[in-house]
Amino acid sequence: MLQALTSSLLRAGLTAMIAFRALRRNKMRSILTALGIIIGVASVVSIMALGRGTQRRIQDQVSSLGSNLLIVFSKSRRTNAAAAGSGVSSNLTLQDVEAIRREVRSVQAASPEVTLTAQAVAAGRNWSTTIAGESPSYLRIRDWPLARGSMFTEREVRSAARVAVIGSRTARELFGPLNPLGQTVRIKNMPFTIIGQLKSKGAGIGGANQDDRIVIPYTTAMRRLTGEKYPRLVTLQISSDGLMSAAQEQVTALLRQRHHLTAERKNDFDIINQKEIADTVNSITNSLTYLLGGIAGLSLLVGGIGIMNIMLVSVTERTREIGTRIAVGAQPRDILLQFLIESITLSLFGGAIGVALGYGVSAAASMIPNFHPSVSIGSVVVAFGISFIVGVFFGFYPARKAANMNPITALRFE
Amino acid sequence: MSTTVIELTDIRKTYRTGDVEVHAVNGVSLSIKPGEFVAIMGSSGSGKSTLMNMLGCLDQPTSGSYLLDGVNVAKLGRAELSRLRNQKLGFVFQSFNLLARTTACENVELPLFYTNPHVPLRERRQRAIKALEKVGLGARLYNHPNQLSGGQQQRVAIARALVNEPELVLADEPTGNLDTRTSIEVMGLFQALNDAGITVVMVTHELDIAAYCQRIIVMRDGRIIRDDFNKARIFASDQRAALDASEQHASLS
Ligand SMILES: Nc1ncnc2c1ncn2[C@@H]1O[C@H](COP(=O)(O)OP(=O)(O)OP(=O)(O)O)[C@@H](O)[C@H]1O
Ligand SMILES: [Mg+2]
Repeated sequence: MLQALTSSLLRAGLTAMIAFRALRRNKMRSILTALGIIIGVASVVSIMALGRGTQRRIQDQVSSLGSNLLIVFSKSRRTNAAAAGSGVSSNLTLQDVEAIRREVRSVQAASPEVTLTAQAVAAGRNWSTTIAGESPSYLRIRDWPLARGSMFTEREVRSAARVAVIGSRTARELFGPLNPLGQTVRIKNMPFTIIGQLKSKGAGIGGANQDDRIVIPYTTAMRRLTGEKYPRLVTLQISSDGLMSAAQEQVTALLRQRHHLTAERKNDFDIINQKEIADTVNSITNSLTYLLGGIAGLSLLVGGIGIMNIMLVSVTERTREIGTRIAVGAQPRDILLQFLIESITLSLFGGAIGVALGYGVSAAASMIPNFHPSVSIGSVVVAFGISFIVGVFFGFYPARKAANMNPITALRFE
Repeated sequence: MSTTVIELTDIRKTYRTGDVEVHAVNGVSLSIKPGEFVAIMGSSGSGKSTLMNMLGCLDQPTSGSYLLDGVNVAKLGRAELSRLRNQKLGFVFQSFNLLARTTACENVELPLFYTNPHVPLRERRQRAIKALEKVGLGARLYNHPNQLSGGQQQRVAIARALVNEPELVLADEPTGNLDTRTSIEVMGLFQALNDAGITVVMVTHELDIAAYCQRIIVMRDGRIIRDDFNKARIFASDQRAALDASEQHASLS
């Protein structure tokens, strides 16, 4: 029993050698046959790698917002400008912000935000940019270091001082290579003194350039530029990752209470949890990646059909050889194995080249700045596994055809 | 051990091509005992190869029974038939059937490759070389069939049939492509095998080749029309000596 097993194992190895030799004999044909699998595996592996890269990039962008953030939007924010001063009660007020800061203990920092787009004029140059009214904690919340100078203080917020911290892009557009510190920039004809410059941060979510902005105290923005009484949103930083949902609930409860919302009424504000954004984006890119990978996987099927086709041709061509082998005592399973090994070798060979190509594509794509695609071991294993299955599946029919040949008919075959 | 190696009872093989039926073998009954040396003769198309293929378990008869060593071959599956061909039978084909692009040595090793239990590579090689030396091809071990003459290819085919030390050697015109001297060598080989107790059945067109055998069967139209003991049997050793003498004579004169 054991001896029969070892001898059939030994023979399997020798049979593999016959199969390899047959493939080597038809090098060009083998390569062309494997091409389908090569392309299929290469696309699966590279799509998965690019998908991972995209996911990482998005994660980077989400975390470039800062960490552990809750963002509270006023629901009437779309009509805010029109409703300004009209006393609509559903607005988020600065008192709300104060209350949150005071009562929700896990809130480390809160920055009300007002944004507008305006022309900034300095040194005779004109540049349309985003003006963000924020609190001094803004930079800490966004994890955004200064390149030079300093951030405005609470005192400057209280006095609605005309001071500005300038984004790196905006500084370049307005001042070129010159140091903007101490310079004056005019926004809506109002002079602001530049006291600090932000480090470059690159593209944010949606690709908008975060470096093109001027940050000023929110009080200044509201009183002097927009005339609004309410912030459009408040960014809250929570002290730890684990407290995010608890904090979200507390803030919600507090705001509902402050806005006198009865149980049956809906929130008049929205809270976005940074973690939720990240998770959502993750799951979207994930499913997209798998979808595309799956479509690419279909080409493996096409590659498999190519293998089956060539194996059928090969079996027909070698009918006399098969007849001879059977005549001198090859068992049907020896012949089956010989041709199965051939097709599996073809598909695994295709798989290996495909994986190498996938790595190549991934390496080429990583030349794109801020993009880091990476080939996962999982996708390589899956690609190889599928190539193997394709080899077995599509090689089986031709191999069985060979194994079932009648020796005399095979030997007579012209 | 049964008393007959081959026991055929009313064997028929009918080929149907379109509406035409060809009775290639049309009712052959025959028994061959261990150690016999049988020649099958007959005109072209008389069904010799068809009969041989059935004897060699390569083809199944349309009807009739075939007992090989007392075993009813019709009852065996494909795998068992393969094992039988591999271990009990040596078949020399009329058209050699060597693997192309494969050396003589590897061609001869082929049956050993499929032998159970496994024969190690070194032993396979040694036995193949020995078999090739026996047929006088010791100097052509690594030639491919297309680098060998017809006669040499034939001898490779014979070596392949002998390599696994079969009990029964079936040869379909093993001397069809050979010159007189090589024919004598090959017949000497078969006689030596036969002397060692191996049963040999061979097809030949030539009476002087059949003369080496003990028993001569003549076929016509798929039937056996004569089955005689060979009273005037000749021996390869004598023939070789006679040939040497006549060649010496030719070169002297
Ligand atoms: N596969 C086949 N299909 C149809 N007819 C066949 C087939 N094989 C053999 N025959 C016919 O069977 C008959 C016997 O053929 P076989 O090959 O046995 O002759 P043979 O005696 O060996 O002749 P030769 O001396 O020329 O080799 C012939 O008439 C041949 O045409
Ligand atoms: Mg014939």
